[in-house]
Amino acid sequence: MFSRDRWSEIIEALTSNWFRTVLTAFGVLWGIFILVILLAAGKGLENGVKQGFSGIATNTMFMWTQVASKPYKGMPKGRRYNFEIEDVRAIKEQVPGLRFVSPRNQLGGFGGANNVVRGLNTGAFNVYGDYPEIIQQEPMDITSGRFINYSDINEKRKVAIIGEGVKTALYDIGEDPLGTYIKINGVNFMVIGTYKKKSQGGDAEEAQKQIYVPFTSFSQAFNKGNEVGWMAITAKDGNSITNLKGDIIDIVKTRHTIHPEDDRAVGNFDLYQEFSKVNGLFVALKAVAYFVGVLVLLSGIIGISNIMLIVVKERTNEIGVRRALGATPWSIRGQILMESIFLTIISGMAGIILATGVIWLVNLQLSGMDTSEMMFLNPSVNLGVVMIALSILIISGLLAGLIPAQQAIKVKPVDALRTE
Amino acid sequence: MIEISNLHKSYKMGANSLHVLKGINFSVAEGELLSIMGSSGSGKSTLLNILGMLDEADEGSYVLDGVPIKNLSEKQAAKYRNKFLGFIFQSFNLIGYKSALDNVALPLYYQGLARGERMDRAMSYLEKVGLADWAGHLPNELSGGQKQRVAIARALASDPKVLLADEPTGALDTKTSYEVMDLIQEINDEGRTILVVTHEHDIAQMTKRIVNLKDGVIIEDTVVSQVRALENV
Repeated sequence: MFSRDRWSEIIEALTSNWFRTVLTAFGVLWGIFILVILLAAGKGLENGVKQGFSGIATNTMFMWTQVASKPYKGMPKGRRYNFEIEDVRAIKEQVPGLRFVSPRNQLGGFGGANNVVRGLNTGAFNVYGDYPEIIQQEPMDITSGRFINYSDINEKRKVAIIGEGVKTALYDIGEDPLGTYIKINGVNFMVIGTYKKKSQGGDAEEAQKQIYVPFTSFSQAFNKGNEVGWMAITAKDGNSITNLKGDIIDIVKTRHTIHPEDDRAVGNFDLYQEFSKVNGLFVALKAVAYFVGVLVLLSGIIGISNIMLIVVKERTNEIGVRRALGATPWSIRGQILMESIFLTIISGMAGIILATGVIWLVNLQLSGMDTSEMMFLNPSVNLGVVMIALSILIISGLLAGLIPAQQAIKVKPVDALRTE
Repeated sequence: MIEISNLHKSYKMGANSLHVLKGINFSVAEGELLSIMGSSGSGKSTLLNILGMLDEADEGSYVLDGVPIKNLSEKQAAKYRNKFLGFIFQSFNLIGYKSALDNVALPLYYQGLARGERMDRAMSYLEKVGLADWAGHLPNELSGGQKQRVAIARALASDPKVLLADEPTGALDTKTSYEVMDLIQEINDEGRTILVVTHEHDIAQMTKRIVNLKDGVIIEDTVVSQVRALENV
C-alpha cells in the first residue's frame, strides 16, 4: 500500500493541477492554523493567569475564628473563642493527608496604628508570628539573610524577617538591615533577613510591608499564651483540601464546643476551590478552541471532499482505463483515499508549521517585554496537541476521501471508458 | 480460445428495453485475426465489451481459454482482464500525465511486478512498436499513430491471450491506419489471437476472418484472404 509506485502515482495526480491542489490545501491549512493558534492563545492566557499563582501551594485553605452563631451544650450564642496550639497538633494527628498546618498570630492590620520603631523612624506594619513552613504556602524571595527556622521556634529567638517595603520605611538608602534591631510594640527583634513577594495587583505594595517573627517568640513577647489566630493548611498532592476541609472544621468544632451545624463559627477560605474555578475556565476555553478550530477545519475538509469528487469525475475515463487494465476496485479506492489523506496531511502540516511560526514570533515579541504584569505568557502548544491535530487530520482525510472513492468505483468500467 | 453461445444483452432505456444482442454464437480459435463488422447500432461494441468483461451478458455462455466467464466479482473480473485481455481503444485512452513508458508499464503494475522488471518489460514492448526513443514523452507530445502504438504496446505488456481492438484506426488517417494494421498483423503473425471491431471494409480485409453483425445477430461469417497492410502503405 505504501510502495514507491503508489507514492509516485499520488504525487503525479496531485501535481497535475498545481493551482487547484494549492487552493484546496489552503482550506485545511487555514483550519488547522486556527485550531493551533486558538489553543496556543488559550495556553498563553492560562500561563499568564497561573503565573499569579506560581509558587503558591494551591491545595491550601485558610481558617480563622469567628463568633459562635448557635447555642450549644449550655454555651450561649455570640460567644468568642480562640484556636489553641493544641488544635494544630490535633488536626495533624487526626486528619491524614495534610502536608502543612501552619498556625499564625498577627499584630497590626489594615489601617493600624504605628507599631514598629527603629530609631527615629516609625511605621505601621503587619507583624506575623509564623512557622518556617509558611514560606512554602505563601512564597517569597529572601533577598538577604535567611527565613525563620526551627531553632528560632524552639529557642524562641527574637528575630525578624522584614519586607522590602519595611526596609525602605525604616532604613536609609543603602543601609544593611541585617543584625540591626527594630522595636515591635516595645520589644526588640533582630533583623535577620529581608524578603520580596511576587504578588501582583492591588496588594502588591502591602505585601512588601510585613514582618515575620517566629511563632513561639511572638506568643511569648506579646502575651498570646497558647492562642492561635489563624491557620494555613495545605494538603498533600493527590488529596484535595476541599475534601478534607469538613474533617478539619469538625475537629475544631468538637474541641471548642461549637454546635456541629454552626457554619459561621469557623471562618475559612479555600484557595483550591478558587483555583479549580480558574482551572475550569481554562478547560472551557480549550473546549471552545477545539470546537471553533475543528469546525473551521471541517469546512476545509468538505472542500477537499468536494475537489476529490470533481477529480474523480474528471478522471472517470482514466479510472475506466485502469480498471480495463486490471485495477481492482480496492486499488482504485485506495488511490483516491491515499490522495485525499496525503493532501490533508501535507496541508495540515503546513498549517501547523505556519501556526508554530506565528507563535514563535509572538514569543519573540513577548520575550522582550516584562510579562509579569501581563495576563499573557508563553503561548504554546505541546506535542500532544500536535498529535491530536494530526490524528484529526488523518481521520478527516479518510472521511473526505470516502465518498469520492465510492463514487469512483460506482461507475461501470464500460461507462467510464465511454466518457471522453 | 473464445467460445460464445446464445449470447443475449439488452439495455434498459427508461420504460422500454433495447435488445442489442439477440443470440450470438461463434468461436475463435487460437492465433486467429478476426474482425467484427457492422453499422453503428449493430451491437458490435456491446459484443466487444462483453468479450472484454467490461460488461456482462444477460443470457448465454462465454468461455475464455477454458475459463467460464460468469458472475464474476469486480475483483475477479479485474484479475482476468489483466491476465487474459489486452485492450486497444479508438481514442487510445492513454493516461495523460504518465509518460509512454509508464503507460505501457501500467498493466504490469497491476500484476504486482517489481518496478525494475516492469520498466524493462515495458521498454522491450515499446521497442517492439518502434517507439523506444519516445519512452519519456507524454501522450500529448505524440502523434495519433504513435499514441496508438503505445496503446498496442500497453495491451501487449501483460502478455494476454487475446487482444481486443475497438476501432483501432477510427481516429487515424489512412496511412497511419495501415501502419497500425501492419503492426497488428505482425503481432498476429507471432501467434496472438486478435479481435478487431471496425466498420471500415479496407481494415476488415486486412484480417483473416470477417464476422458481420446486423441488428444483434451474425448475418455473415466468412474467412477472407488477408491483405497485407504493408503493401498498401
